[in-house]
Amino acid sequence: MSAIPLVPASYEQEWHLPSKGRVGMYGLIIAESAIFTIFVVAYVYYIGKSLYGPTPQQVLDVPIFNTICLLSSSVTIWLSERAIERGNMRGFGLWWAVTITLGTIFLVGTGMEWYKLIYHDGLTIRTNLFGTTFYSLVGLHATHVVIGLIMLGLTLIFTLTGHVRQEHSERVQVLALYWHFVDAVWVVVFTVVYIVGR
Amino acid sequence: MADQTLPIHGALDLTPPRESQHTLLDILHDWVITVDHKKLGLMYMMMAIFFLLVAGAEAICIRIQLAVPNNHFISPQTFNRLFTMHGTTMVFLVGMPLVFAWANYIVPLQIGARDMAFPRLNAFSFWLTFLGGIFLYYSFIGGPGLYGTGSAPDVTWWAYAPLTAKAFSPGHATDYWALALIVTGFGTIGGGINIMATVLSMRCKGMTLMRMPLFTWLMFVNGAFVLIVITPLTAAQVMLLIDRYLGGHFFDTQAGGSATVWMHFFWIFGHPEVYVLVFPAFAIASEVIQVFSRKAIFGYPAMVAAVVGIAFVSLGVWAHHMFTIGMTSAGNAFFVLSTSLVGIPTGIKIFNWLATMWGGKIRFATPMLFCTAFLFQFLCAGLTGIMLSVAPWDWQLHSSYFVIAHFHYVLVGAIVFNVFAGIYYWFPKATGRMMSETLGKWHFWLFFIGFHVTFDTMHFVGFEGMPRWIYTYPADRGWQHLNLVVSIGGVIQAIAVLLFAYNLIWSLFKGKIAGNDPWDAWTLEWATSSPPPIYNFATDPVVRSRRPLWDLKHPEDPDWKYD
Repeated sequence: MSAIPLVPASYEQEWHLPSKGRVGMYGLIIAESAIFTIFVVAYVYYIGKSLYGPTPQQVLDVPIFNTICLLSSSVTIWLSERAIERGNMRGFGLWWAVTITLGTIFLVGTGMEWYKLIYHDGLTIRTNLFGTTFYSLVGLHATHVVIGLIMLGLTLIFTLTGHVRQEHSERVQVLALYWHFVDAVWVVVFTVVYIVGR
Repeated sequence: MADQTLPIHGALDLTPPRESQHTLLDILHDWVITVDHKKLGLMYMMMAIFFLLVAGAEAICIRIQLAVPNNHFISPQTFNRLFTMHGTTMVFLVGMPLVFAWANYIVPLQIGARDMAFPRLNAFSFWLTFLGGIFLYYSFIGGPGLYGTGSAPDVTWWAYAPLTAKAFSPGHATDYWALALIVTGFGTIGGGINIMATVLSMRCKGMTLMRMPLFTWLMFVNGAFVLIVITPLTAAQVMLLIDRYLGGHFFDTQAGGSATVWMHFFWIFGHPEVYVLVFPAFAIASEVIQVFSRKAIFGYPAMVAAVVGIAFVSLGVWAHHMFTIGMTSAGNAFFVLSTSLVGIPTGIKIFNWLATMWGGKIRFATPMLFCTAFLFQFLCAGLTGIMLSVAPWDWQLHSSYFVIAHFHYVLVGAIVFNVFAGIYYWFPKATGRMMSETLGKWHFWLFFIGFHVTFDTMHFVGFEGMPRWIYTYPADRGWQHLNLVVSIGGVIQAIAVLLFAYNLIWSLFKGKIAGNDPWDAWTLEWATSSPPPIYNFATDPVVRSRRPLWDLKHPEDPDWKYD
């Protein structure tokens, strides 16, 4: 059985296709954006529609430190992406660990904020419309942070055991895309909840 | 081996396959653990056909109940459950699996790929969808509420608030419904991502975007489209569960929430969903019509532009389901205009299919019969759609049987007809055997007649003012004769579908051997054996035009000369 060329040999073109990992992650990000859009729309629509308190003005503090931590984790993960691309595995592991630390600080900060809201201000998800929309939207984002941290943590474990090498930089960057998305969503959530809604 | 007859030499690997054991358990194990796109495609298809029969049986029960006035064939509670389950099943367990059945089986073959981009995600998506189906039907025994007997969801498939609140829908039936939709929704997201990545990243050499078969184009648009269509529903269902289980107030009007918000969220999903379901029908028509008219598709770029246009416009039309809730006149005007706008790209598609047939050497084999009927019926469905897009007309006929007739004209007259066309067309590729033409013709004519007896008549029942969702009606309304006709049509359709099921099984074992390219078609899936080997193509194909097989069969007059 011989492989006969199907087309004249003169037909030789460069054939580039986008990376399927990136396309897949962009697809996931599009889908997630739509989910967040619906929750954000619900939050914005219900601003000021609660029939009884507490109101956002009474109980919400702007989490500036948290926000700085989360947003700077986008920078640190970018630094670690750059490190793995250049084969600098120590730099990669270091910046990756810093990213996880910053994400964890954000999560702990959210936990402390919720503790204060629940035990001092008496605001739960069933208290009023504000509680329902607030915990849903911020909780949805926090869920994404948790999922992101689990994946980043697994990658860190594999890095420490030496299973992550330079040739995995493509995959690491696909994962980092997700983390950038989680950070970008926070900008929207922060604006809506702590600036527009307060 | 039939390799010599294949237009691409070296498309098959002729090493004899390893001996495998063929006990029933082995075969089952093979199917359960598979990540092969062809097997998963067939599994999606079998799931869809199974649930089509289930939901069809539910429809027949509804029609028996409505055939004569003052009937007591089923109770009002059962009636509510049946139409809820019929709608939910048909959309999420028949329509959506069909999208992925076609995309899985055909797209990698048409673009000359080995498999989908993410085979394991593919299997995961299928099993999630299947699990959703089990959730939904488990509600029959697992969701008893205060009614005492078994309790399937009875809140209709759009489940308007506040009927779904814990106070009005006690028990777990509604929860099973919401969970089933969330779970199948995740399956859909996985499937959509997979189609998108497959088409963008797995095309064989030379297969530029504008050389892809239209079928693949439509599936690609659909794959990206479902990502923004299904997700609002997922979000809304999460809110519903928060309301029901955590005491939230999203749709609780007593705490300042709004029932209208649910309607908006639901129809932001619900209307584009219709296009998600109909795109595979368009995809099938675009292949079948050109092959059976012996002409390349007319206006390929316009067809691509039209489908992208439909996808975009359809994202802004949802509130035409809500004209009767009392929107502002500006809101009404916007949705009237945007809805009418969908008619333009859709019209382009219909005219291009007609122009493809025009002057062609048409062969009326069973697939082409179904596609021809589709063209006519889809046109009628589009016209009643334009009628309903006009707000005052909609005020008159909203929630009447006219609306049911309209959307069943789309869902059955367009989608189901073309799904049948696609099955008759690709069955030889998937099994290596032809489906029986005689039975196929019987199936077509019976189904065609049954369809028109049922749904043409239903328009008039609607004009006479019969509302939806009523489980029976008094004899003096003048609805009884037409309703009897509608029900008889339903029975004719049921017979046709059973004939089709028989044909499937009969042809699988006794059908004529098909050969690799029984229809003399032009896309790459016909360049490998029937059924295709697990690796699809032993050597990667290279294409230079939209009809690679035409080029190979007619080296004296290839398409790429005219590019």
